[in-house]
Amino acid sequence: MSIVANFDLVKDELVSVKGRSIEAPAFKAPVVRTKKASSMDSFMGWRRENGRVGVRNHVLMLPLDDLSNAACEAVANNIKGVLAIPHAYGRLQFGADLDLHFRTLIGTGSNPNVAAVIVIGIEEGWTKRIVDGIAKTGKPVVGFGIEGHGDIATIARASYVAKEFLQWASELQRETCAIEDLWVSTKCGESDTTTGLSSCPTVGNMYDKLIPRGIHGVFGETSEITGAEHLCRERAISKEVGDRWYAMWKAYQDEVIEANKVDDLSESQPTKGNIAGGLTTIEEKALGNLEKIGRACKFIDILEPAEEPKSGPGLYFMDSSSAAAECVTLMAAGGFVVHTFPTGQGNVIGNPIVPVIKISGNPKTLRTMPEHIDLDVTGVLSREMTIPQAGDALIASIIRTANGRLTASEALGHREFSMTKLYRSA
Amino acid sequence: MTKPHLLVHDRKDNVGVVVVEGLMAGTDMLAVVTHDNSEFRISAAQDIPIGHKIALKDLKADETVWKYGQDVGKTTKDVKKGEHLHVHNAKTKRW
Repeated sequence: MSIVANFDLVKDELVSVKGRSIEAPAFKAPVVRTKKASSMDSFMGWRRENGRVGVRNHVLMLPLDDLSNAACEAVANNIKGVLAIPHAYGRLQFGADLDLHFRTLIGTGSNPNVAAVIVIGIEEGWTKRIVDGIAKTGKPVVGFGIEGHGDIATIARASYVAKEFLQWASELQRETCAIEDLWVSTKCGESDTTTGLSSCPTVGNMYDKLIPRGIHGVFGETSEITGAEHLCRERAISKEVGDRWYAMWKAYQDEVIEANKVDDLSESQPTKGNIAGGLTTIEEKALGNLEKIGRACKFIDILEPAEEPKSGPGLYFMDSSSAAAECVTLMAAGGFVVHTFPTGQGNVIGNPIVPVIKISGNPKTLRTMPEHIDLDVTGVLSREMTIPQAGDALIASIIRTANGRLTASEALGHREFSMTKLYRSA
Repeated sequence: MTKPHLLVHDRKDNVGVVVVEGLMAGTDMLAVVTHDNSEFRISAAQDIPIGHKIALKDLKADETVWKYGQDVGKTTKDVKKGEHLHVHNAKTKRW
């Protein structure tokens, strides 16, 4: 089979990818020509009505509840380019669990990567709560209740609005924004010993360089700090913040882990994938995890799951699950617009509204599943790349992504939107 | 710089991480301590997968395993220098 291409093929024939039954063409991608070298000082983003800056320009179909997924997906099917984000919950929740549900949905719609939102719910009361929450950002948002109308009429009404929103959003222009307008989150996944040696310290070096420039940063994964809690507590900006952090961690440990565990968490912390990658204990995993906050950064405040930071620029800790999709969903709902994701064994996660940049230093993962990795830091293990060089490469990758380059997870269609549920519904 | 077979986080550590694929028993490994870039050599006693740990000295059962200069658990069996150290001979002290 021959390939016709307007770019230079490395080989003019198909090559088989080692160890796999598929064949893929090997080619050298055409060089992207830009007017000037990308700068570490600025990026091209969309400044929203409330002053926050987004790096994507989505029009969202946001279901209030599981029952409204079908209508949202139908509208996204009618109006090409509108993004539906179905999820599993929203009925008969109560208390802190319901608060988190609303905070996550309102935060997701409010994220500056989102230009406009249409909410659909089974009834209008709770739908309006979501609409009112998102409306505080000043962005266009409308809501529809299904009861009394049915799916078909609701889909029709929402489709007219979705078309208008989409065309309106398509004319919004990117503008030059200062680096401090970036909000960058981090969480690692399918960790192994190489993440602690290479990809996590790469993120840490990035934060050590960009936090002093005035960006917002966040890390979390409450359960995965277990084993390094004494070190994490010391990374708080003050004793008061450290004490609050420790109380939060201890409450999680007592109320969730001790109350529900039936064994020693083996195969969950560390996971089977972690163990296959060489991690033996939860302490070893936690120490590698904590490499993501670098050497100099101190965290300035603690966030509830999906809570937006209110204490200004700096590094935050978000009380969050360590499951990849849940954690990134919560951080996106907190308003973060780019996510950095170190992986060892090859976690494939993405997010519907936030570009997820995958960083790996494991040469086996780069060999067996390279299509998932945005930044190769295997050179750190072979001592051909220093951590500061890897950090600079990540900053360059963040800027390119913010400017519009799609990440691997975006290109591959990974849109994991996973709500965190605190306890059983009523 | 020659590519290392083994990386060790801290001088205090008694384990190192294999960073090459297909490491065979008997390999005379170049080990690098990332904290200060110092080098030493150690022989692999077993075939060990990339990412997995090797004991840097003879360890008795119930000894503390040190990595990142920190206590990351304990041995559950004797482990000889150059041998694979993982869930079959080490565990957390927490549970």
